[in-house]
Amino acid sequence: MIPELGHFALILALCIAALQGTLLLRGADTGRREWMVLARPSAQAHFLLMLLSFAALAYSFIAKDFSVLYVAEHSNSQLPLIYRFGATWGGHEGSLLLWVFLLSTWSVAVAQFSRTLDERMVARVIGVLGLVSLGLILFILFTSNPFTRLLPGAPDGQDLNPMLQDPGLVFHPPMLYMGYVGFSVAFAFAIAALLAGRLDAAWARWSRPWTTLAWIFLTLGIALGSWWAYYTLGWGGWWFWDPVENASFMPWLVGTALLHSLIVTDKRGSFKNWTVLLAISAFSLSLLGTFLVRSGVLTSVHAFATDPRRGVFILILLALVVGSSLALFAWRAPKVTMGGSFGMFSRESLLLYGNVLLIVAASSVLLGTLYPLLVDALNLGKISVGPPYFNTIFVPIMAPAVVLLALVPLARWKSAEWQPIVQRLWPALLAGVIAAVIIPLWIGHWTWLIALGVFLAVWVAGSTVLQLGRRLQSGNPPVAFWAMQVAHLGIAVFVFGVTMVGGYQEEKDVRMAPGDTTLVGGYQFKLNGVDQVQGPNYQAFRGQFEVSKNGQVSRILNPEKRTYASSSMPMTNAAIDAGFSRDVYVSLGEPLEGQAWAVRVYYKPFVDWIWGGCLFMALGGILAMFDRRYRLKVKPQDYATA
Amino acid sequence: MRRLLALLLLACAFCPLMAKEAPYLAQDPAVEKRLIDISEEMRCLVCQNESLAASQADLAKDLRQELREQIKAGKSDAEIRDFMVSRYGDFVLYRPPVKSTTWLLWLGPFVGMLCGLIALAFFLRSRRRDIQAAPSTLTAEELKTAEQLMQDGSK
Amino acid sequence: MKAKFLIPLLLFFVLLGFLAVGLTRDPREVPSPLINRPAPDFKVSQLIQADQHFSPADLKGQVWVLNVWASWCVSCREEHEQLIAFSKRKAAPLIGLDYKDPRMDALKVLAQRGNPYDITAVDQDGRVGIDFGVYGVPETYVIDKQGIIRFKQIGPVTVEVLEKTIYPLIDRLKQS
Repeated sequence: MIPELGHFALILALCIAALQGTLLLRGADTGRREWMVLARPSAQAHFLLMLLSFAALAYSFIAKDFSVLYVAEHSNSQLPLIYRFGATWGGHEGSLLLWVFLLSTWSVAVAQFSRTLDERMVARVIGVLGLVSLGLILFILFTSNPFTRLLPGAPDGQDLNPMLQDPGLVFHPPMLYMGYVGFSVAFAFAIAALLAGRLDAAWARWSRPWTTLAWIFLTLGIALGSWWAYYTLGWGGWWFWDPVENASFMPWLVGTALLHSLIVTDKRGSFKNWTVLLAISAFSLSLLGTFLVRSGVLTSVHAFATDPRRGVFILILLALVVGSSLALFAWRAPKVTMGGSFGMFSRESLLLYGNVLLIVAASSVLLGTLYPLLVDALNLGKISVGPPYFNTIFVPIMAPAVVLLALVPLARWKSAEWQPIVQRLWPALLAGVIAAVIIPLWIGHWTWLIALGVFLAVWVAGSTVLQLGRRLQSGNPPVAFWAMQVAHLGIAVFVFGVTMVGGYQEEKDVRMAPGDTTLVGGYQFKLNGVDQVQGPNYQAFRGQFEVSKNGQVSRILNPEKRTYASSSMPMTNAAIDAGFSRDVYVSLGEPLEGQAWAVRVYYKPFVDWIWGGCLFMALGGILAMFDRRYRLKVKPQDYATA
Repeated sequence: MRRLLALLLLACAFCPLMAKEAPYLAQDPAVEKRLIDISEEMRCLVCQNESLAASQADLAKDLRQELREQIKAGKSDAEIRDFMVSRYGDFVLYRPPVKSTTWLLWLGPFVGMLCGLIALAFFLRSRRRDIQAAPSTLTAEELKTAEQLMQDGSK
Repeated sequence: MKAKFLIPLLLFFVLLGFLAVGLTRDPREVPSPLINRPAPDFKVSQLIQADQHFSPADLKGQVWVLNVWASWCVSCREEHEQLIAFSKRKAAPLIGLDYKDPRMDALKVLAQRGNPYDITAVDQDGRVGIDFGVYGVPETYVIDKQGIIRFKQIGPVTVEVLEKTIYPLIDRLKQS
């Protein structure tokens, strides 16, 4: 009964979305108030229906309803409650339902927080979001229905992939999707502005907080995914340039460019076309990512079960949404007026150079991700493009951007000079160079790459400190200033973490019998023994390791080798001792003769700074949301009707 | 837990000869390191989402053993890569070889970066000129009204 | 409408085109670089007559087919019927390469399902498979009179592949 309710609610939500896509947009075009006022109530209704639908699916999981095919495929009677809930989005169908549910959440939020926005604009924004929703719900209903029944019901489910039975499942996808889907708001604002034929600084001001919020979620979502992969796969890697990872990283890069471009458009009314194009591109990349993950076009560890029919559907959806947006852009963009003038060297121009670098980076990631497909489609053979490629091209493109980001806050709007900037920042430059030379030498291994990383991190951190020092001298700076500094500092922390771990991590594969010890990164590991333990739905071998430094025992680590009832492949659960300046990581390999085990031990210096840096960036974003400039009340009469 | 630990420690204290420094899993760590460096940049053909270094597939284990022997036999990295490519094609390499079909891939980003930056510089320059050259959009009448308003406002 | 603003749309259409073509391709399939190259040489013992050996050189001057299989391979069961049919038709010698398989298991399978092979060679440690670029059994090769590999089928041979590709190819190669 419940699944059918959920199914029905989804169909009703489809109808609401269809109404939004037609009445609201037409109403805004023709000025029919009785249609435009449907914006807010329709968004609320849509949200409630999607909530009902999603809740119905979640309930089916929690209640172990194996007569629903999707539940039977992804759950099990022994699965703990929290993972039964998370399994709702553990597969293709459910994760799409989550996608649309979150879209409805963003939509109702926009409807709620736009009381002072011109009703035409609101109608258009909700209308566009409705159209996107329409397309995706159609996709779900026709090709990926999670409510399909399995009759007769299965006695038990096939179980959730053991890899996903982890807290990471509960947080990473929702957070990531909030970001992914959140860029639809900036997209909707951009389309609404193009439809109105009115692109101005006020539009940018409205888009900024929504874009910032989506960006925060995406930053956290990607960081969570990276951290999850790190502690769960047993290999200590944190980024693989896998197509699906790239699919989330490209919107992030474009989103970052968009955030900064919106600043220029908001403050100076300039580069409106560019900003609009970025807003369209960020969401288009989100949709493209959705396509890549679910169509089977690329091999990926994240790819859902693929079906060419689904691929065709999403491709058509992608073509319609992005194609019509870009066509609308091509039509309206020439009519947009130019904004204020500014110098060749000014904060505006520097922000734009940064934009170019970010877009080139995103395009390069796109090129690398799609190149195997390109070559295959042209019958030129089959190649792979993996981490060696991405690492080689990403660093040279982003390094100048990181250098730039320390300078930009010091450049004045409209026209700046480089001498005062150098005067202010030379200590940071000097500190960066000295650190780049000294620190790697002190640790014991110097390479150009490590030196570059150290330089960039210290340069940005130094610049932040200098700017804070200067600004605090003349009173309390606005929240926006703190936000910027915290976010940029996050970049410095991130770069430092990546450099240290990449340059100085140590790993050892050893054969350990109970009582044996091994030394890695200055830490001694001693295996006390390996026991057998029973989990809720698995059996495991659990090792007990004593970690000590200088004779002092600091931690006991318990890595496990689990065999789940549902899968024959054993899962490695590494044990990590996380610290401020390093992680110490142990994972069990294969059992060997004589009570011994193959053990892999890692020493990872500053690895947590990678995600710490991401947290700082997200924090910077959160602070930016509190800026009082966003509380600016735009009175309805300030907006001439378009 | 604690008691168990104490007992274990006690037991270990009474047999110091049993506890020892754990030996490397690999026969030859230097060869192993080179194997990992080479095979990390190769794709496992069976578990295509994993590198040859990481995969636990049977074929991956066989191939790693084969490569280990080649390293011991003194083959260079290039020779080992050729060995793999002649059997499995370019697909097995995570670092795409630089050939005519991959020029766009390897050069594209850098060319794009240069072009983008230069194009922006030119665009900014021409934009400034366009804005400065644009004639005033106010007629003489409107100019007078504007001046009047400004005078009134400052009173 | 100024032309430059159409560029993003045009670029997008190009992208769409590639994605559409991509839907028709299988990203997991690895084409063999050995096509039109000499079949790697090897000498291994036979399965049934263990004291006898087999080498590709034995079949020089003939067009022949090499089928890599194993008793533990599930997909091999799918194609077994087709292989029996192939051996009955006698278009070309069919040589089986038993890949990383315990001898007893392989013999049992042939006894149970029938033996389509003229000769079954044994690749105990998988070395021959590596030389042939085998990555997922079953795999089938068509080799011409000069010992050059002319075709590789990845996955089970189906009726379609046999009728549309393999038989015609064997006929062509026999005539040359």
